[in-house]
Amino acid sequence: MKISAKSATLLVLVVLVALSPMLFPSGYYYRVGALIFVNAIAVTGIVILTGYAGQISLGHAGFAGIGAYACALAPVHLGLHPALALVLGAAISAVLAFLVGRPILRLKGYYLGVATLGFGILVSMVLNNERQLTGGPDGMEVPELGLRGLLRDAGIDLTNGQFWYFLCGIILILAAWLALNLFNSPTGRALRALHGSEVAARTVGVDVARLKLQAFVISAVYASVSGSLLALQNKFITPDVAGFMHSIEMVTMAVLGGVGSVLGAIFGAAVLTLLPQVLTVFAEYEQLVLGLVMMLVMIFLPQGLLPSILRKVRGKDE
Amino acid sequence: MAELLQFLFSGVTVGAVYALVALGFTIIYNASDVVNFAQGEFVMLGGMLTFVCHAAGLPLPLAALIAIVVTSAIGVAMNKLAIEPARGAPVVSLIIITIGASIFIRGGAQLLFGKQIHSFPAFSGDTPLRIGGATILPQSLWVIGGAVVVFVGLWLFFTRTLTGRAVLATSNNRLAAQLVGINTGFVMTLSFALSAGIGALAGVLATPITLTSYDVGLAFALKGFAAAMLGGMGNPKGALAGGFLLGLIEALTAGYLSSQYKDAAAFVVILLVLFFMPQGLFGAKSTERV
Repeated sequence: MKISAKSATLLVLVVLVALSPMLFPSGYYYRVGALIFVNAIAVTGIVILTGYAGQISLGHAGFAGIGAYACALAPVHLGLHPALALVLGAAISAVLAFLVGRPILRLKGYYLGVATLGFGILVSMVLNNERQLTGGPDGMEVPELGLRGLLRDAGIDLTNGQFWYFLCGIILILAAWLALNLFNSPTGRALRALHGSEVAARTVGVDVARLKLQAFVISAVYASVSGSLLALQNKFITPDVAGFMHSIEMVTMAVLGGVGSVLGAIFGAAVLTLLPQVLTVFAEYEQLVLGLVMMLVMIFLPQGLLPSILRKVRGKDE
Repeated sequence: MAELLQFLFSGVTVGAVYALVALGFTIIYNASDVVNFAQGEFVMLGGMLTFVCHAAGLPLPLAALIAIVVTSAIGVAMNKLAIEPARGAPVVSLIIITIGASIFIRGGAQLLFGKQIHSFPAFSGDTPLRIGGATILPQSLWVIGGAVVVFVGLWLFFTRTLTGRAVLATSNNRLAAQLVGINTGFVMTLSFALSAGIGALAGVLATPITLTSYDVGLAFALKGFAAAMLGGMGNPKGALAGGFLLGLIEALTAGYLSSQYKDAAAFVVILLVLFFMPQGLFGAKSTERV
């Protein structure tokens, strides 16, 4: 029986999310797992922007920052439920991505890089400087989501770690499902066409500007949701979530794992989230090793980790 | 009036540092189409290695020379080990490789030199010069002079020497350059050495004013990148103008509007410039071949 790449990816994800806890030696691993899922959601957005449409962003952490601070600020100032604050953050990110994306997506390559970089820096600067609102570099507290209590009342009693693990896992599966659907849709095919050659895509009637903007807005929403979940989970947030290094982290996770496929990018998120956890023993060498891994993978496995591994495995089968 | 002059002085000083970093970006970009995000680490290495050698008892000029030569060697090594093997990779991969290199160098510097902030004495003392009611540090003149000398030197090199023209030919069309007998491998080595050396020089000149520590590189890289893009990537004139412009915008914003948002003003200007001139101020208009 032949199953499609989409079903296979979703199946792998569901099995991983459902069965990994059986291997967890302690409750701490639920927390690491949830962190992987949160990063993987943002990275799936990068797959849509960079993997499908071939556009670069060095400022997507800006949208994560908006999502995170929406969850911190809206419940306090607007009286919104934190879950609605997440939606509000995503909506603000989408509108902002639409407004910013229109002018800057005309730029190509490094020029698009510097424009998105500028956007990310502007967001992180506002979060750092508006102390009376955001608490500045010291960060601020985020209200409790409250969903775990509701579940307990309904008879499902989860620890905090378990709750966030499964919530983020489910949202990740949803996010991946949407991204995979997009990949196979006419829009997805048009996006991949403009990735191949913008001019050729335009010649066959693809509305290049509109499609790039769509990909940019969708990926901004993914980053925003990821930022919101991070804030709600940690119940505390600092402007680092919007910083340049976080933007780079997202792109690196995606490209390292394999930006062409959703599963590859999620694999990259898992590897780079786990790496610092493994390296805490050698905290001194963390940066050295991280830099080395980034260079080596890109030089020797330019397609990314997962596609290269899969090719090895298949090569042996034949 | 004196106030404005004061802001202009500090803007030109900072701008000269940005211009030097942007010139470094330009040289490597021309030779290889790579934007080297590790450029800021060269600035850090220049300042840090000078400090280490000076603290070990060497006279300052010798310490600076050693720092520049060692940094150039690191630049060449980076090209051979990380950039050349990835030739032809997409832009995103190259960005990740050079950022990987920059994180690697930063990590190494943290291990070797620790996390302290360091400095060494200014070259011509710390007595400020008074000009028109404003003051300027002698070291600022060194920085500005350094940027101008490097720019003129590069201009002479690229227009008056055979080797310099070989670099330009390589940046224009690598294959055609190889066909007329240019050793493009050597051009790459030379470009990385030159670029790293200029970055290190920026670090040597600026450290008495800005101080240095293992993690100053990233800020220099982002500002230098922004300055180079503002001027139009690949154009030395653009790099110089972009650097000074960025420094002046920052200093004037800090002086008259808000020191917290000085970086914001710089990036707003860049977004506006790119909006109206997608190739930067001096960038050549490019046509895309299909």
